[in-house]
Amino acid sequence: MDNLIEVSDLRKSFGPLVAVDGVSLRIRRGEVLGFLGPNGAGKSTTMKMITGFLAPTGGSVRICGHDVASEPIAAKSRIGYLPEGAPAYGEMSVAGFLEFIADIRGLRGTRRADRLRDVIGKIHLEHVLTQTIDTLSKGFKRRVGLAQAILHDPEVLILDEPTDGLDPNQKHEVRTLIGEMAPHKAIVISTHILEEVDALCTRTAIIARGRLLFTGTPAELEARSRYHNAVTLTVARPAAEAIGAGLGALPAVAEVEATDVDGDRRRLTVLPRGGQPILELVQQTGRAGGWALDELYVESGHLDEVFRTITTTAGVAGEVTRT
Amino acid sequence: MSRMGTLFRREFRGYFATPVAYVFIVIFLFLTGIFTFYVGGFYERGQADLEPFFRYHPWLYMLLIPAISMRLWSEERKSGTLELLMTLPVSLFEAVLGKFLAAWAFTAIALVLTFPIWITVNYLGDPDNTVIAAGYLGSMLMAGGFLAIGACISALTKNQVIAFVISFVICFAFNLSGFPLVLDFFRGWAPQAVVDVIGSFSFLTHFTSIQRGVIDLRDLIFFATLIAFWLYANMLAIDAKKSR
Repeated sequence: MDNLIEVSDLRKSFGPLVAVDGVSLRIRRGEVLGFLGPNGAGKSTTMKMITGFLAPTGGSVRICGHDVASEPIAAKSRIGYLPEGAPAYGEMSVAGFLEFIADIRGLRGTRRADRLRDVIGKIHLEHVLTQTIDTLSKGFKRRVGLAQAILHDPEVLILDEPTDGLDPNQKHEVRTLIGEMAPHKAIVISTHILEEVDALCTRTAIIARGRLLFTGTPAELEARSRYHNAVTLTVARPAAEAIGAGLGALPAVAEVEATDVDGDRRRLTVLPRGGQPILELVQQTGRAGGWALDELYVESGHLDEVFRTITTTAGVAGEVTRT
Repeated sequence: MSRMGTLFRREFRGYFATPVAYVFIVIFLFLTGIFTFYVGGFYERGQADLEPFFRYHPWLYMLLIPAISMRLWSEERKSGTLELLMTLPVSLFEAVLGKFLAAWAFTAIALVLTFPIWITVNYLGDPDNTVIAAGYLGSMLMAGGFLAIGACISALTKNQVIAFVISFVICFAFNLSGFPLVLDFFRGWAPQAVVDVIGSFSFLTHFTSIQRGVIDLRDLIFFATLIAFWLYANMLAIDAKKSR
């Protein structure tokens, strides 16, 4: 039984509003699934159903083989969950709060002490232990939320925007931490930050208007980009036009985009037809023409562009089906 | 059961982490003192009992208990900790009961701290202490009833002020329902059976009989079922209101 999370045809309606519409996912140990989607797409609602907070209108969720609806306690004790906004009891001290979580998670004796020490050390909460949570900065509150989620070393981690509100250093730390835990767990993170998907996730799922529109590796997602395998070169301004025209005439090239780098140089991005590799071709053409290149590199693809294409096309389709 | 104990301790300590506990206890003791000695005429009556002390409890609770119960669930819903709590391996029943018992234990502390009045009456005269014990028991049960109402209402709104006002009105109605003023209103058009039922819901009637030292099983059952009913409604309210 390798699938730690099994989501089957999950649906949720709030009155006439369909928030989640038939989402199915299987997540194995060692996988980090990046859950992407515009605001209001149903990411949080899906996570709330996976963790057993909301009862689905249809479909089912199994955590390590335990159905969330029929065996909630067994399922919930295997999940670590960071809800959206990292809520915590504001009037409690950080230490008091984490001890409360340890107790309610059934940690006892030396294991309780070990886990508390480990997690507090890993997330660097030593200096705020006696502070009440209300007095903490946003970044620290988020870290307390994360500490709470991993305290019982769960097999399944569901993190709703774990790096939201953190500064770049803290983001890096949290990503490293998630990366360290990844081989032993099944992790789902939702995020708006596309670079995070590249840095952290083994798989991505894009959701919009409650529907799952794409699942695959980040590389597969990038392959959908117009910029996948595109070649970017920087050349001197006077030569730019001729080079651009020369490349644009090649049959394998779909389009050449040009932007200014500074007063003297222009940057040309050569988009291939059908996403095929064209580096060799561009290099050969360059050598034949005797171009002087300042810079030459291959693009892997623009995630934000793919994200926009996938989620907005779905928007149009949604409008059509509604009328 | 140990999970419920953990919830209970967290909630109970929560009262003392903020000024709520101290304000409540001081005001409660101050008001019971005023009502007993000035309004109730403790000395003037010349009787060694605590009737003037207990007589005003329903009215004090009506005002003060909603102030305790209003934060029970409203705050969890507003701050989002309800989502945290409900995704911990805790059943809804354990959560509802744990929180309710913590609030009830807190009112018990406030009530216990009225002991100087019991010492006073024993010093001044020779009261029937079993009647006084019955009075305390009745007062606790009534506080539990009001708390269960307040907890349920608190689960229905994120706004503590709304929770307070609505709980207050419902507690007021439960107090008044035995009064001729209310019963006469129904007597004009409702069948006698309905009037009797409304009258039987009065906290005042049930409390008064216990407080006189007559511990009737029916009064105990009344408070027990009332608490159970409102706590069950509390569970339903949380389930229904979770989504938004």
